[in-house]
Amino acid sequence: MFIAWRDLRFAKGRFALLGGVIALMTLMVVLLTGLTAGLGAASVSAVEALPADHIAFQRPADGQETAFATSTLPGTAAAELAARPGVESAHGMGVSTARLNVGGGSDAVTLIGTDPSLYPEPESGTTPGDGGITVTADLAEDHGLAPGSTVELNGRTLTVTGIAATTTFNHLPVVYLPLATWQELAKTDTVTAVALTGDPGETPGTLTVTKEDAYGAVGGYSSEQGSLTLMRGLLLGVSVLIVGAFFTVWTMQRAGDLAIVRAIGASRGYLLRDALGQALAVLVLGSAVGGAVAAGLGALAARAVPFVLDAQTVGVPVASMIAVGLLGAAVCVRRTTTVDPLTALGAAR
Amino acid sequence: MTLAMTGVRLTYPDGERRLTALDDVALSVAPGEMVAVTGPSGSGKSSLLAVAGTLVTADAGSVEVDGVDVSTLDQKGRDRLRRGRIGFVFQQANLLASLTATDQLLLVAHVTGTSRDVARTRAAELLDYVGLSAKRGKRPHELSGGERQRVAVARSLMGSPAVLLVDEPTSALDAERGRAVVELLRDITRDRRTATVLVTHDLRHLGLTDRALVMRDGRLTEQEAAVGR
Repeated sequence: MFIAWRDLRFAKGRFALLGGVIALMTLMVVLLTGLTAGLGAASVSAVEALPADHIAFQRPADGQETAFATSTLPGTAAAELAARPGVESAHGMGVSTARLNVGGGSDAVTLIGTDPSLYPEPESGTTPGDGGITVTADLAEDHGLAPGSTVELNGRTLTVTGIAATTTFNHLPVVYLPLATWQELAKTDTVTAVALTGDPGETPGTLTVTKEDAYGAVGGYSSEQGSLTLMRGLLLGVSVLIVGAFFTVWTMQRAGDLAIVRAIGASRGYLLRDALGQALAVLVLGSAVGGAVAAGLGALAARAVPFVLDAQTVGVPVASMIAVGLLGAAVCVRRTTTVDPLTALGAAR
Repeated sequence: MTLAMTGVRLTYPDGERRLTALDDVALSVAPGEMVAVTGPSGSGKSSLLAVAGTLVTADAGSVEVDGVDVSTLDQKGRDRLRRGRIGFVFQQANLLASLTATDQLLLVAHVTGTSRDVARTRAAELLDYVGLSAKRGKRPHELSGGERQRVAVARSLMGSPAVLLVDEPTSALDAERGRAVVELLRDITRDRRTATVLVTHDLRHLGLTDRALVMRDGRLTEQEAAVGR
Protein backbone atom coordinates (compact mmCIF):
# COMPACT_ATOMS: atom_id res chain seq x y z
CA MET A 1 0.00 0.00 0.00
CA PHE A 2 2.94 2.32 -0.64
CA ILE A 3 1.13 4.40 -3.25
CA ALA A 4 -2.30 3.93 -1.67
CA TRP A 5 -1.49 5.73 1.59
CA ARG A 6 0.25 8.56 -0.20
CA ASP A 7 -2.66 8.96 -2.62
CA LEU A 8 -5.05 9.07 0.34
CA ARG A 9 -3.04 11.88 1.92
CA PHE A 10 -2.53 13.72 -1.37
CA ALA A 11 -6.12 13.53 -2.65
CA LYS A 12 -7.69 14.12 0.76
CA GLY A 13 -10.69 15.98 -0.62
CA ARG A 14 -11.71 13.30 -3.09
CA PHE A 15 -11.31 10.47 -0.62
CA ALA A 16 -13.01 12.45 2.15
CA LEU A 17 -15.96 12.92 -0.19
CA LEU A 18 -16.15 9.20 -0.91
CA GLY A 19 -15.61 8.36 2.77
CA GLY A 20 -18.40 10.78 3.67
CA VAL A 21 -20.78 9.16 1.22
CA ILE A 22 -19.87 5.71 2.57
CA ALA A 23 -20.39 6.99 6.13
CA LEU A 24 -23.84 8.33 5.22
CA MET A 25 -24.84 5.12 3.47
CA THR A 26 -23.61 3.11 6.47
CA LEU A 27 -25.51 5.43 8.79
CA MET A 28 -28.73 4.78 6.89
CA VAL A 29 -28.17 1.03 6.69
CA VAL A 30 -27.37 0.76 10.42
CA LEU A 31 -30.39 2.88 11.39
CA LEU A 32 -32.63 0.80 9.13
CA THR A 33 -31.18 -2.41 10.55
CA GLY A 34 -31.79 -1.27 14.13
CA LEU A 35 -35.29 -0.16 13.19
CA THR A 36 -35.99 -3.44 11.40
CA ALA A 37 -34.87 -5.41 14.45
CA GLY A 38 -36.79 -3.08 16.75
CA LEU A 39 -40.01 -3.30 14.76
CA GLY A 40 -39.52 -7.06 14.44
CA ALA A 41 -39.17 -7.38 18.20
CA ALA A 42 -42.22 -5.17 18.72
CA SER A 43 -44.15 -7.55 16.49
CA VAL A 44 -43.03 -10.93 17.73
CA SER A 45 -41.08 -10.70 20.99
CA ALA A 46 -43.96 -12.37 22.84
CA VAL A 47 -43.78 -15.33 20.44
CA GLU A 48 -40.00 -15.37 20.64
CA ALA A 49 -40.18 -15.49 24.45
CA LEU A 50 -42.40 -18.57 24.48
CA PRO A 51 -40.52 -21.56 25.92
CA ALA A 52 -41.67 -23.70 22.98
CA ASP A 53 -40.15 -24.70 19.66
CA HIS A 54 -43.23 -25.28 17.49
CA ILE A 55 -46.64 -23.65 17.13
CA ALA A 56 -49.68 -25.50 15.78
CA PHE A 57 -52.33 -23.46 13.94
CA GLN A 58 -55.59 -24.21 12.25
CA ARG A 59 -54.66 -25.41 8.75
CA PRO A 60 -55.47 -22.44 6.50
CA ALA A 61 -57.63 -22.79 3.42
CA ASP A 62 -55.84 -23.02 0.08
CA GLY A 63 -54.32 -19.69 -0.83
CA GLN A 64 -54.60 -18.35 2.72
CA GLU A 65 -51.73 -17.58 5.03
CA THR A 66 -51.41 -18.93 8.56
CA ALA A 67 -52.26 -16.16 11.03
CA PHE A 68 -52.85 -15.80 14.75
CA ALA A 69 -55.74 -13.51 13.83
CA THR A 70 -57.67 -16.16 11.90
CA SER A 71 -56.59 -19.47 13.46
CA THR A 72 -59.10 -21.30 15.67
CA LEU A 73 -58.54 -24.77 17.12
CA PRO A 74 -60.82 -26.84 19.36
CA GLY A 75 -60.22 -26.56 23.10
CA THR A 76 -59.12 -30.24 23.03
CA ALA A 77 -56.37 -29.62 20.45
CA ALA A 78 -53.60 -29.26 23.03
CA ALA A 79 -54.46 -32.60 24.67
CA GLU A 80 -54.67 -34.35 21.29
CA LEU A 81 -51.32 -32.96 20.17
CA ALA A 82 -49.72 -33.74 23.53
CA ALA A 83 -50.61 -37.41 22.99
CA ARG A 84 -48.72 -37.63 19.72
CA PRO A 85 -45.24 -39.19 19.61
CA GLY A 86 -42.42 -36.67 19.57
CA VAL A 87 -44.34 -34.07 21.58
CA GLU A 88 -43.06 -33.34 25.07
CA SER A 89 -45.59 -30.69 26.03
CA ALA A 90 -48.50 -28.84 24.43
CA HIS A 91 -50.41 -25.83 25.77
CA GLY A 92 -53.36 -24.11 24.17
CA MET A 93 -52.98 -20.37 23.58
CA GLY A 94 -55.67 -17.79 23.16
CA VAL A 95 -54.52 -14.62 21.44
CA SER A 96 -56.69 -11.55 20.99
CA THR A 97 -56.64 -7.78 21.21
CA ALA A 98 -58.41 -5.91 23.97
CA ARG A 99 -58.59 -2.48 25.58
CA LEU A 100 -57.18 -2.22 29.04
CA ASN A 101 -58.73 0.48 31.23
CA VAL A 102 -57.08 1.56 34.43
CA GLY A 103 -57.97 4.65 36.38
CA GLY A 104 -58.43 7.35 33.75
CA GLY A 105 -56.06 5.70 31.30
CA SER A 106 -56.57 3.17 28.59
CA ASP A 107 -54.33 1.14 26.30
CA ALA A 108 -54.72 -1.37 23.50
CA VAL A 109 -53.11 -4.64 24.55
CA THR A 110 -52.67 -8.17 23.26
CA LEU A 111 -54.12 -10.81 25.56
CA ILE A 112 -52.28 -14.10 25.62
CA GLY A 113 -54.20 -16.70 27.56
CA THR A 114 -52.16 -19.79 28.21
CA ASP A 115 -50.53 -21.95 30.85
CA PRO A 116 -48.43 -19.88 33.33
CA SER A 117 -45.40 -22.02 32.45
CA LEU A 118 -45.30 -20.13 29.13
CA TYR A 119 -45.25 -16.67 30.72
CA PRO A 120 -42.01 -14.71 30.89
CA GLU A 121 -40.22 -14.95 34.22
CA PRO A 122 -42.03 -12.64 36.68
CA GLU A 123 -40.05 -9.64 37.88
CA SER A 124 -42.37 -9.28 40.86
CA GLY A 125 -45.53 -10.86 42.21
CA THR A 126 -46.81 -14.32 41.38
CA THR A 127 -48.33 -16.13 38.45
CA PRO A 128 -52.06 -15.46 38.24
CA GLY A 129 -54.87 -17.77 39.14
CA ASP A 130 -58.48 -17.31 37.95
CA GLY A 131 -59.28 -13.61 37.78
CA GLY A 132 -55.63 -12.57 37.84
CA ILE A 133 -53.32 -11.31 35.16
CA THR A 134 -49.60 -10.74 34.62
CA VAL A 135 -48.77 -7.46 32.91
CA THR A 136 -45.47 -6.62 31.27
CA ALA A 137 -43.07 -4.13 32.83
CA ASP A 138 -43.54 -1.26 30.33
CA LEU A 139 -47.31 -1.45 30.65
CA ALA A 140 -47.05 -1.50 34.43
CA GLU A 141 -44.78 1.53 34.36
CA ASP A 142 -47.02 3.46 31.96
CA HIS A 143 -50.10 2.94 34.16
CA GLY A 144 -48.50 2.72 37.59
CA LEU A 145 -49.54 -0.92 38.00
CA ALA A 146 -48.19 -3.17 40.72
CA PRO A 147 -49.27 -6.53 42.13
CA GLY A 148 -52.67 -5.96 43.67
CA SER A 149 -53.73 -3.25 41.20
CA THR A 150 -56.98 -3.81 39.37
CA VAL A 151 -57.69 -3.20 35.72
CA GLU A 152 -60.71 -3.57 33.48
CA LEU A 153 -60.55 -5.81 30.40
CA ASN A 154 -63.59 -6.35 28.17
CA GLY A 155 -65.83 -5.12 30.97
CA ARG A 156 -64.40 -7.47 33.58
CA THR A 157 -62.30 -6.33 36.51
CA LEU A 158 -59.11 -8.34 36.97
CA THR A 159 -56.29 -8.15 39.50
CA VAL A 160 -52.64 -7.77 38.61
CA THR A 161 -50.78 -10.54 40.37
CA GLY A 162 -47.39 -10.26 38.68
CA ILE A 163 -45.15 -8.06 36.56
CA ALA A 164 -43.11 -9.79 33.85
CA ALA A 165 -40.35 -8.71 31.50
CA THR A 166 -41.62 -6.59 28.63
CA THR A 167 -42.83 -8.45 25.56
CA THR A 168 -44.97 -7.19 22.73
CA PHE A 169 -47.18 -8.80 20.13
CA ASN A 170 -48.10 -6.98 16.95
CA HIS A 171 -46.66 -3.77 18.45
CA LEU A 172 -48.97 -3.99 21.50
CA PRO A 173 -47.95 -4.68 25.10
CA VAL A 174 -48.95 -8.11 26.30
CA VAL A 175 -51.19 -9.11 29.18
CA TYR A 176 -50.78 -12.75 30.22
CA LEU A 177 -53.66 -14.55 31.80
CA PRO A 178 -54.85 -18.13 32.36
CA LEU A 179 -56.42 -19.74 29.30
CA ALA A 180 -59.74 -20.25 31.12
CA THR A 181 -59.91 -16.53 31.93
CA TRP A 182 -59.05 -15.64 28.32
CA GLN A 183 -61.78 -17.99 27.06
CA GLU A 184 -64.21 -16.33 29.45
CA LEU A 185 -63.33 -12.88 28.16
CA ALA A 186 -63.44 -14.05 24.54
CA LYS A 187 -66.65 -15.97 25.16
CA THR A 188 -65.31 -19.10 23.47
CA ASP A 189 -64.16 -22.58 24.34
CA THR A 190 -61.65 -22.72 21.50
CA VAL A 191 -57.97 -21.72 21.37
CA THR A 192 -56.03 -19.74 18.79
CA ALA A 193 -53.01 -22.03 18.56
CA VAL A 194 -51.04 -24.60 20.53
CA ALA A 195 -47.50 -24.00 21.77
CA LEU A 196 -45.49 -27.21 21.51
CA THR A 197 -42.21 -28.59 22.65
CA GLY A 198 -41.49 -31.23 20.02
CA ASP A 199 -42.86 -31.75 16.55
CA PRO A 200 -46.10 -33.72 16.17
CA GLY A 201 -45.64 -34.11 12.40
CA GLU A 202 -48.60 -33.98 10.05
CA THR A 203 -51.94 -33.86 11.87
CA PRO A 204 -55.37 -33.46 10.33
CA GLY A 205 -56.78 -29.95 10.56
CA THR A 206 -53.64 -28.38 11.98
CA LEU A 207 -50.48 -26.93 10.55
CA THR A 208 -47.40 -27.04 12.77
CA VAL A 209 -44.52 -24.67 12.09
CA THR A 210 -41.35 -23.81 13.96
CA LYS A 211 -41.56 -20.93 16.38
CA GLU A 212 -39.45 -18.77 14.06
CA ASP A 213 -41.74 -19.51 11.12
CA ALA A 214 -44.68 -18.59 13.34
CA TYR A 215 -43.41 -14.98 13.38
CA GLY A 216 -44.93 -14.68 9.92
CA ALA A 217 -48.34 -15.46 11.41
CA VAL A 218 -48.24 -12.19 13.35
CA GLY A 219 -50.18 -9.58 11.39
CA GLY A 220 -48.00 -7.37 9.19
CA TYR A 221 -44.70 -8.87 10.37
CA SER A 222 -43.63 -10.35 7.02
CA SER A 223 -44.54 -7.32 4.92
CA GLU A 224 -42.96 -4.92 7.43
CA GLN A 225 -39.72 -6.89 7.58
CA GLY A 226 -39.76 -7.46 3.82
CA SER A 227 -40.09 -3.73 3.08
CA LEU A 228 -37.31 -2.72 5.44
CA THR A 229 -35.02 -5.51 4.25
CA LEU A 230 -35.65 -4.44 0.65
CA MET A 231 -34.68 -0.87 1.57
CA ARG A 232 -31.48 -2.08 3.20
CA GLY A 233 -30.70 -4.22 0.16
CA LEU A 234 -31.25 -1.27 -2.16
CA LEU A 235 -28.99 0.93 -0.04
CA LEU A 236 -26.25 -1.68 -0.18
CA GLY A 237 -26.77 -1.97 -3.93
CA VAL A 238 -26.51 1.80 -4.36
CA SER A 239 -23.35 1.72 -2.25
CA VAL A 240 -21.78 -0.83 -4.60
CA LEU A 241 -22.53 1.45 -7.54
CA ILE A 242 -21.19 4.58 -5.81
CA VAL A 243 -17.96 2.93 -4.71
CA GLY A 244 -17.61 1.23 -8.09
CA ALA A 245 -18.17 4.49 -9.98
CA PHE A 246 -15.61 6.33 -7.85
CA PHE A 247 -12.92 3.73 -8.29
CA THR A 248 -13.65 3.41 -12.01
CA VAL A 249 -12.98 7.12 -12.50
CA TRP A 250 -10.07 7.08 -10.05
CA THR A 251 -8.42 4.14 -11.82
CA MET A 252 -8.87 5.80 -15.20
CA GLN A 253 -7.39 9.05 -13.89
CA ARG A 254 -4.28 7.34 -12.61
CA ALA A 255 -3.77 5.03 -15.58
CA GLY A 256 -0.66 7.01 -16.52
CA ASP A 257 0.83 6.62 -13.04
CA LEU A 258 0.03 2.92 -13.03
CA ALA A 259 1.75 2.49 -16.40
CA ILE A 260 4.91 4.06 -14.95
CA VAL A 261 4.82 1.78 -11.93
CA ARG A 262 4.36 -1.24 -14.20
CA ALA A 263 7.24 -0.03 -16.37
CA ILE A 264 9.59 0.15 -13.40
CA GLY A 265 8.85 -3.49 -12.74
CA ALA A 266 5.82 -3.68 -10.43
CA SER A 267 3.75 -6.79 -11.00
CA ARG A 268 0.03 -6.70 -11.74
CA GLY A 269 -0.56 -8.22 -8.31
CA TYR A 270 1.36 -5.37 -6.68
CA LEU A 271 -0.90 -2.79 -8.31
CA LEU A 272 -4.05 -4.76 -7.51
CA ARG A 273 -3.11 -5.20 -3.85
CA ASP A 274 -2.29 -1.52 -3.57
CA ALA A 275 -5.57 -0.43 -5.17
CA LEU A 276 -7.70 -2.86 -3.15
CA GLY A 277 -5.92 -1.87 0.04
CA GLN A 278 -6.73 1.73 -0.71
CA ALA A 279 -10.41 0.90 -1.29
CA LEU A 280 -10.49 -1.15 1.92
CA ALA A 281 -8.97 1.69 3.95
CA VAL A 282 -11.59 4.18 2.71
CA LEU A 283 -14.40 1.69 3.23
CA VAL A 284 -13.32 0.74 6.75
CA LEU A 285 -12.87 4.36 7.80
CA GLY A 286 -16.11 5.58 6.20
CA SER A 287 -18.14 2.66 7.51
CA ALA A 288 -16.67 2.97 11.01
CA VAL A 289 -17.56 6.66 11.18
CA GLY A 290 -21.05 5.99 9.79
CA GLY A 291 -21.54 3.07 12.19
CA ALA A 292 -20.40 5.11 15.19
CA VAL A 293 -22.70 8.04 14.36
CA ALA A 294 -25.57 5.63 13.73
CA ALA A 295 -24.97 3.93 17.08
CA GLY A 296 -25.19 7.32 18.80
CA LEU A 297 -28.34 8.30 16.95
CA GLY A 298 -29.77 4.83 17.53
CA ALA A 299 -29.25 5.15 21.27
CA LEU A 300 -31.26 8.37 21.19
CA ALA A 301 -33.90 6.93 18.84
CA ALA A 302 -34.39 3.87 21.05
CA ARG A 303 -36.02 6.12 23.66
CA ALA A 304 -38.83 7.01 21.28
CA VAL A 305 -39.14 4.25 18.66
CA PRO A 306 -38.63 0.49 18.54
CA PHE A 307 -34.91 0.27 17.87
CA VAL A 308 -32.47 -2.50 18.69
CA LEU A 309 -28.91 -1.32 19.24
CA ASP A 310 -26.48 -4.16 19.75
CA ALA A 311 -23.32 -5.65 18.24
CA GLN A 312 -25.32 -7.43 15.57
CA THR A 313 -27.45 -4.51 14.38
CA VAL A 314 -24.34 -2.31 14.10
CA GLY A 315 -21.60 -4.81 13.27
CA VAL A 316 -23.39 -6.75 10.54
CA PRO A 317 -24.43 -3.73 8.44
CA VAL A 318 -20.98 -2.14 8.84
CA ALA A 319 -19.34 -5.40 7.74
CA SER A 320 -21.85 -5.73 4.89
CA MET A 321 -21.08 -2.21 3.72
CA ILE A 322 -17.35 -2.96 3.70
CA ALA A 323 -17.89 -6.27 1.91
CA VAL A 324 -20.16 -4.96 -0.84
CA GLY A 325 -18.07 -1.81 -1.25
CA LEU A 326 -14.96 -3.92 -1.66
CA LEU A 327 -16.80 -6.03 -4.20
CA GLY A 328 -17.70 -2.92 -6.20
CA ALA A 329 -14.14 -1.62 -5.92
CA ALA A 330 -12.66 -4.99 -6.89
CA VAL A 331 -14.63 -5.10 -10.11
CA CYS A 332 -13.38 -1.63 -11.03
CA VAL A 333 -9.77 -1.70 -9.86
CA ARG A 334 -9.29 -4.92 -11.81
CA ARG A 335 -8.50 -2.51 -14.63
CA THR A 336 -5.21 -1.78 -12.92
CA THR A 337 -4.01 -5.20 -14.06
CA THR A 338 -4.68 -4.36 -17.71
CA VAL A 339 -2.68 -1.14 -17.73
CA ASP A 340 -0.08 -1.33 -20.47
CA PRO A 341 3.35 -0.21 -19.19
CA LEU A 342 4.14 0.76 -22.78
CA THR A 343 1.98 3.86 -22.35
CA ALA A 344 4.67 5.19 -20.00
CA LEU A 345 6.81 5.50 -23.12
CA GLY A 346 4.20 7.64 -24.76
CA ALA A 347 2.26 4.97 -26.62
CA ALA A 348 -1.38 5.89 -27.22
CA ARG A 349 -0.84 9.41 -25.94
CA MET B 1 27.80 -6.43 -23.87
CA THR B 2 25.25 -5.36 -21.27
CA LEU B 3 22.60 -4.74 -23.91
CA ALA B 4 22.72 -6.84 -27.06
CA MET B 5 19.98 -6.86 -29.68
CA THR B 6 20.36 -8.77 -32.95
CA GLY B 7 17.97 -9.22 -35.87
CA VAL B 8 15.13 -7.68 -33.89
CA ARG B 9 11.86 -7.29 -35.76
CA LEU B 10 8.69 -5.77 -34.35
CA THR B 11 5.39 -5.19 -36.13
CA TYR B 12 2.12 -3.64 -34.98
CA PRO B 13 -1.34 -4.26 -36.39
CA ASP B 14 -2.43 -1.32 -38.54
CA GLY B 15 -5.88 -1.99 -39.93
CA GLU B 16 -5.69 -5.10 -42.09
CA ARG B 17 -1.91 -4.95 -42.51
CA ARG B 18 0.97 -4.84 -40.07
CA LEU B 19 3.20 -1.86 -39.61
CA THR B 20 6.89 -2.59 -39.23
CA ALA B 21 8.25 -0.66 -36.25
CA LEU B 22 11.64 -2.35 -36.05
CA ASP B 23 13.27 -4.11 -38.99
CA ASP B 24 16.32 -6.30 -38.42
CA VAL B 25 17.67 -4.05 -35.71
CA ALA B 26 21.04 -4.77 -34.15
CA LEU B 27 22.36 -2.79 -31.20
CA SER B 28 25.10 -3.48 -28.69
CA VAL B 29 25.87 -1.22 -25.78
CA ALA B 30 28.75 -1.88 -23.42
CA PRO B 31 28.94 -1.02 -19.71
CA GLY B 32 29.90 2.62 -19.29
CA GLU B 33 28.81 3.46 -22.84
CA MET B 34 26.15 5.99 -23.76
CA VAL B 35 24.55 5.61 -27.18
CA ALA B 36 22.25 8.22 -28.68
CA VAL B 37 19.45 7.25 -31.03
CA THR B 38 17.96 9.98 -33.18
CA GLY B 39 15.49 9.98 -36.00
CA PRO B 40 12.20 11.44 -37.11
CA SER B 41 8.95 10.91 -35.20
CA GLY B 42 7.44 7.51 -35.89
CA SER B 43 10.76 6.04 -37.01
CA GLY B 44 10.76 3.41 -34.25
CA LYS B 45 12.89 4.99 -31.50
CA SER B 46 10.38 4.40 -28.70
CA SER B 47 9.72 0.90 -30.02
CA LEU B 48 13.43 0.23 -29.71
CA LEU B 49 13.33 1.27 -26.04
CA ALA B 50 10.15 -0.75 -25.48
CA VAL B 51 11.78 -3.93 -26.79
CA ALA B 52 15.09 -3.29 -25.01
CA GLY B 53 13.15 -2.58 -21.82
CA THR B 54 11.06 -5.78 -22.10
CA LEU B 55 7.83 -3.80 -22.28
CA VAL B 56 7.16 -5.41 -25.66
CA THR B 57 8.26 -8.79 -26.99
CA ALA B 58 9.89 -8.73 -30.41
CA ASP B 59 8.42 -10.81 -33.25
CA ALA B 60 11.88 -12.04 -34.14
CA GLY B 61 15.50 -11.66 -33.14
CA SER B 62 17.19 -11.83 -29.77
CA VAL B 63 17.50 -9.37 -26.90
CA GLU B 64 19.95 -9.87 -24.07
CA VAL B 65 19.96 -7.67 -21.00
CA ASP B 66 22.91 -8.09 -18.67
CA GLY B 67 23.48 -11.57 -20.06
CA VAL B 68 19.86 -12.68 -19.76
CA ASP B 69 18.07 -13.81 -22.93
CA VAL B 70 14.73 -11.99 -22.68
CA SER B 71 12.98 -14.53 -24.94
CA THR B 72 13.35 -17.17 -22.20
CA LEU B 73 11.40 -15.09 -19.68
CA ASP B 74 7.70 -15.10 -18.96
CA GLN B 75 5.76 -11.97 -17.90
CA LYS B 76 6.87 -12.27 -14.26
CA GLY B 77 10.45 -12.83 -15.31
CA ARG B 78 10.38 -9.72 -17.48
CA ASP B 79 8.87 -7.71 -14.58
CA ARG B 80 11.68 -9.00 -12.37
CA LEU B 81 14.33 -8.10 -14.95
CA ARG B 82 12.94 -4.56 -15.24
CA ARG B 83 12.91 -4.18 -11.46
CA GLY B 84 16.47 -5.34 -11.04
CA ARG B 85 18.47 -4.58 -14.16
CA ILE B 86 16.72 -1.89 -16.20
CA GLY B 87 16.23 1.78 -15.41
CA PHE B 88 13.82 3.99 -17.34
CA VAL B 89 13.84 7.74 -17.70
CA PHE B 90 10.65 8.81 -19.41
CA GLN B 91 9.67 11.79 -21.44
CA GLN B 92 8.43 14.66 -19.23
CA ALA B 93 9.70 12.91 -16.10
CA ASN B 94 6.47 10.96 -15.53
CA LEU B 95 6.55 11.29 -11.76
CA LEU B 96 3.62 10.28 -9.58
CA ALA B 97 1.81 13.40 -8.42
CA SER B 98 1.15 12.18 -4.88
CA LEU B 99 4.75 11.22 -4.12
CA THR B 100 7.55 13.42 -2.82
CA ALA B 101 10.94 13.28 -4.52
CA THR B 102 12.15 10.79 -1.91
CA ASP B 103 9.00 8.70 -2.25
CA GLN B 104 9.46 8.49 -6.04
CA LEU B 105 12.70 6.64 -5.31
CA LEU B 106 11.38 4.66 -2.35
CA LEU B 107 8.59 3.36 -4.57
CA VAL B 108 11.17 1.52 -6.66
CA ALA B 109 12.69 0.08 -3.50
CA HIS B 110 9.23 -0.97 -2.30
CA VAL B 111 8.54 -2.71 -5.60
CA THR B 112 11.89 -4.51 -5.45
CA GLY B 113 11.44 -5.43 -1.78
CA THR B 114 14.51 -3.52 -0.59
CA SER B 115 14.63 -2.96 3.17
CA ARG B 116 13.38 0.42 4.37
CA ASP B 117 16.65 1.59 5.93
CA VAL B 118 18.77 0.60 2.93
CA ALA B 119 16.25 2.24 0.61
CA ARG B 120 16.19 5.50 2.58
CA THR B 121 19.96 5.72 2.62
CA ARG B 122 20.20 5.01 -1.10
CA ALA B 123 17.43 7.46 -1.99
CA ALA B 124 19.16 10.20 -0.01
CA GLU B 125 22.47 9.40 -1.68
CA LEU B 126 20.93 9.47 -5.18
CA LEU B 127 19.03 12.71 -4.60
CA ASP B 128 22.27 14.20 -3.36
CA TYR B 129 24.02 12.85 -6.47
CA VAL B 130 21.55 14.63 -8.79
CA GLY B 131 21.76 17.79 -6.67
CA LEU B 132 18.31 17.66 -5.13
CA SER B 133 19.01 17.04 -1.44
CA ALA B 134 17.17 20.21 -0.53
CA LYS B 135 14.07 19.18 -2.51
CA ARG B 136 13.64 15.66 -1.20
CA GLY B 137 10.29 16.43 0.44
CA LYS B 138 8.81 18.25 -2.56
CA ARG B 139 6.08 16.85 -4.77
CA PRO B 140 6.33 17.12 -8.59
CA HIS B 141 4.19 20.27 -8.80
CA GLU B 142 6.62 21.99 -6.42
CA LEU B 143 9.63 21.22 -8.65
CA SER B 144 10.83 22.83 -11.88
CA GLY B 145 10.91 20.82 -15.12
CA GLY B 146 14.64 20.23 -14.82
CA GLU B 147 14.33 19.18 -11.19
CA ARG B 148 11.54 16.76 -12.05
CA GLN B 149 13.67 15.19 -14.74
CA ARG B 150 16.61 14.85 -12.31
CA VAL B 151 14.30 13.11 -9.83
CA ALA B 152 13.29 10.78 -12.66
CA VAL B 153 16.96 10.09 -13.37
CA ALA B 154 17.61 9.36 -9.68
CA ARG B 155 14.56 7.07 -9.62
CA SER B 156 15.91 5.12 -12.58
CA LEU B 157 19.07 4.40 -10.59
CA MET B 158 17.36 3.07 -7.46
CA GLY B 159 17.39 -0.52 -8.68
CA SER B 160 21.12 -0.34 -9.61
CA PRO B 161 20.36 -0.93 -13.28
CA ALA B 162 22.81 -2.41 -15.74
CA VAL B 163 20.88 -0.83 -18.61
CA LEU B 164 19.52 2.71 -18.62
CA LEU B 165 16.87 3.52 -21.22
CA VAL B 166 16.17 7.21 -21.62
CA ASP B 167 13.28 8.51 -23.72
CA GLU B 168 13.45 12.15 -24.83
CA PRO B 169 14.49 13.47 -21.41
CA THR B 170 14.93 17.03 -22.60
CA SER B 171 11.78 17.48 -24.66
CA ALA B 172 10.12 19.64 -21.99
CA LEU B 173 13.24 21.54 -20.95
CA ASP B 174 15.03 24.62 -22.22
CA ALA B 175 18.47 24.19 -23.81
CA GLU B 176 20.46 24.87 -20.66
CA ARG B 177 18.48 22.54 -18.43
CA GLY B 178 18.33 19.93 -21.17
CA ARG B 179 22.11 19.92 -21.51
CA ALA B 180 22.48 19.63 -17.72
CA VAL B 181 20.28 16.54 -17.68
CA VAL B 182 22.21 14.88 -20.52
CA GLU B 183 25.50 15.71 -18.81
CA LEU B 184 24.13 14.09 -15.67
CA LEU B 185 23.23 10.98 -17.66
CA ARG B 186 26.71 10.89 -19.17
CA ASP B 187 28.28 11.10 -15.71
CA ILE B 188 26.01 8.35 -14.43
CA THR B 189 26.96 6.15 -17.36
CA ARG B 190 30.65 6.63 -16.56
CA ASP B 191 30.37 6.45 -12.76
CA ARG B 192 27.94 3.58 -12.51
CA ARG B 193 28.98 1.66 -15.62
CA THR B 194 25.49 1.52 -17.07
CA ALA B 195 24.79 0.74 -20.71
CA THR B 196 22.76 3.82 -21.60
CA VAL B 197 20.52 4.31 -24.63
CA LEU B 198 19.40 7.91 -25.06
CA VAL B 199 16.58 8.58 -27.50
CA THR B 200 16.58 12.25 -28.42
CA HIS B 201 15.45 14.69 -31.04
CA ASP B 202 17.94 17.26 -29.90
CA LEU B 203 21.08 16.87 -32.02
CA ARG B 204 22.98 19.30 -29.78
CA HIS B 205 23.29 16.55 -27.18
CA LEU B 206 24.99 14.05 -29.44
CA GLY B 207 28.38 15.45 -28.57
CA LEU B 208 27.94 14.26 -25.01
CA THR B 209 27.41 10.64 -26.07
CA ASP B 210 29.84 7.95 -27.15
CA ARG B 211 27.99 7.00 -30.31
CA ALA B 212 25.07 8.30 -32.27
CA LEU B 213 22.74 6.07 -34.26
CA VAL B 214 19.97 7.03 -36.61
CA MET B 215 16.63 5.27 -36.75
CA ARG B 216 14.68 5.59 -39.98
CA ASP B 217 11.65 3.51 -41.00
CA GLY B 218 12.43 0.95 -38.32
CA ARG B 219 16.04 0.44 -39.40
CA LEU B 220 18.92 1.44 -37.20
CA THR B 221 22.05 2.64 -38.89
CA GLU B 222 25.26 3.31 -37.07
CA GLN B 223 26.44 6.75 -37.93
CA GLU B 224 29.33 8.60 -36.51
CA ALA B 225 27.26 11.69 -36.00
CA ALA B 226 29.37 14.76 -36.38
CA VAL B 227 26.57 17.01 -35.33
CA GLY B 228 27.31 18.77 -32.09
CA ARG B 229 30.74 17.17 -31.55
